[in-house]
Amino acid sequence: MEGSIAIAETVRLCRPQVIPAYPITPQTHIVEGLASIIADGRLDAEYICVESEFSALSACIGASTAGSRVYSATTSQGLALMTEVVFNSAGMRLPIVMGIANRAISAPLSIWNDQQDSIMMRDSGWIQLYAEDNQEAIDMHILAYKVCEDHNILLPAFVCFDGFILSHVYEPVDIPSQELVDEFLGPFNPYQKLDPKDPISFGMYATPEYYMEFRYEHDQAVHRAAEAIKKYGKEFGEMFGRDYSELVVGYKLEDADIAIVAMGSICGTVKDAIDEMRADGKKVGLLNLRCFRPFPSTDVAKALAHVNTIAVLDKNVSLGAKGAAAIEIKEACYGSNIPVYDYILGLGGRDVRKKDIKKIVELAEKGEGDMFYGLREEVL
Amino acid sequence: MVDRSIENFECGHRACGGCGVSSAVRMILKGYGENTIVVNSTGCLEVFSTPYPETAWKTPWIHSLFENASAVASGIEASLKKQGRLDTEKILIFGGDGATVDIGTLCISGAFERGHDFTYICYDNEAYMNTGIQRSGATPYDADTTTSPAGKCSTGNSLPKKDYPQILVAHGSPYVATASMAYPGDLMKKVEKARNIKGPCYIQVHTPCCTGWGFDGAKTMEIGRMAVECGLWVNYEIIDGELAAVKKVKRVPVDDYLKAQKRFRHLFKPVRNDAEIAKIQAIADKNAKKYGIDIE
Repeated sequence: MEGSIAIAETVRLCRPQVIPAYPITPQTHIVEGLASIIADGRLDAEYICVESEFSALSACIGASTAGSRVYSATTSQGLALMTEVVFNSAGMRLPIVMGIANRAISAPLSIWNDQQDSIMMRDSGWIQLYAEDNQEAIDMHILAYKVCEDHNILLPAFVCFDGFILSHVYEPVDIPSQELVDEFLGPFNPYQKLDPKDPISFGMYATPEYYMEFRYEHDQAVHRAAEAIKKYGKEFGEMFGRDYSELVVGYKLEDADIAIVAMGSICGTVKDAIDEMRADGKKVGLLNLRCFRPFPSTDVAKALAHVNTIAVLDKNVSLGAKGAAAIEIKEACYGSNIPVYDYILGLGGRDVRKKDIKKIVELAEKGEGDMFYGLREEVL
Repeated sequence: MVDRSIENFECGHRACGGCGVSSAVRMILKGYGENTIVVNSTGCLEVFSTPYPETAWKTPWIHSLFENASAVASGIEASLKKQGRLDTEKILIFGGDGATVDIGTLCISGAFERGHDFTYICYDNEAYMNTGIQRSGATPYDADTTTSPAGKCSTGNSLPKKDYPQILVAHGSPYVATASMAYPGDLMKKVEKARNIKGPCYIQVHTPCCTGWGFDGAKTMEIGRMAVECGLWVNYEIIDGELAAVKKVKRVPVDDYLKAQKRFRHLFKPVRNDAEIAKIQAIADKNAKKYGIDIE
């Protein structure tokens, strides 16, 4: 099944009541899939064909506040257009789940994959989960609703999956049964809602006497989300047979000398490359960052404590600084004296293969890093 | 008729004394009745009525951003529909003129095209008052604002007021009306009518701003009436695209209305600017002809 259709079918199982959506490549198949699911009567929901991504997320705010579970999906420019609403919906502490088919940001215009779009929203106060494959992409949608709607959390979440590489790829997935998803999620139970019987004011402005406390409580909630993801990820595993109790997942990492750190679909390529390097006697392992916000610093530091070199793969760059993951990994490993090398790669859909991963490991062994990897020198 | 004794907008908020908006909102809530969910864009009204932890609203109220009130309302409407609440609960949007005719137009156009069931009130005080009197697309010709200042080379705002209600008529809105806070009976009746019409209704309400326009706060109603009496503001109703009702007046020249406000002071001092005042008079004359407001 195509990744996008698997996601649409899984969103159906989560029973959102309102889906405001605006099409953008490579997210289109998800919202088309949902539109068709609703048109066929397989999901009892209101589909709002909004006129922009800005309105898509704004309508999510309205519907969520009125008491409905909501869903939307976007990518790249659409997410950029939503920026103001992304921050606002998080500050209003609304449990919105949104799929992000990760794509590069213009200019130059590119419809192809990297992760600059969701990384751009790093500081918005949304949870950010990154899927390695389509199975994770659908599982994380279900898990995200569970975490977000916990009254002790009340946050929105991005479920990020690489555009085209996952969204358009056909691979087998296990789509859970409606009964199990219903049992796991239960009906939407809003903490507060717009209700004439109990009139509440939502979205009031805060003077300097109150603003910082709102931000502090929001920050605390994002931190608390780490434990909530682990707890519900474990429950998910017990119920569906696939465990999500860890925010970082190691692959052949226990005895590794060199650790590669990566997010998203590239982890599959890295694992294959590791298998081949291991066969050649190189002790390389992977740390897959499944969750970027909250950032699992302690888990990262613990998982990487024994390695002697860290190579971070970033499909994004904070221009003038480094890749976003590398910055976090350095912070997490501060004081350990393990060198952390950053490799910016795969931007705008540039293919990354096993040979590239091996080459990066060789560079890391030589102490060469903090670079754009795979540049075409002839066009510079 | 709904019970006009209801008070869903409490006193004690932080509006200026003589604020046209606060009076209008109180009356509009009376006209719209109970079981109303209010969506408010960023602006004067939002700021003076909800400094956390205080609120003046005794009905469910939500503010998200400056330009997205009609998109937020779209989501609320869809949710109420799904919950079976739309028969008893109605949605009322408040946006200032800047939030409506300028920055909110994308979201408004989408929401009116989709035909959601709500009433959009544009409280029109004819500039960005919350940020300190900057011009908007609803600022009248020649008004002196902080971004269209009168000066040696300027007679104030160089553009005419955008005819926004016609944009909503073009969207197929079943009910488009203008009203003034200085005519509370008419205002409340129109709001009540809008509540009972299915689909996206639009009412643009003239709300004189003593601070931004420069007049004594005790004269808000008077200024509002003068705008209607000289033809610079016209109260009308357009139902299903057809002009259905117009407030007729025994029209007076625009001079007294302009003279009463500091924003037009430069047209009279140091000397009367006959040419510019004639242009403003021509706007009133055009309005009168277009809507047939003159009592013969």
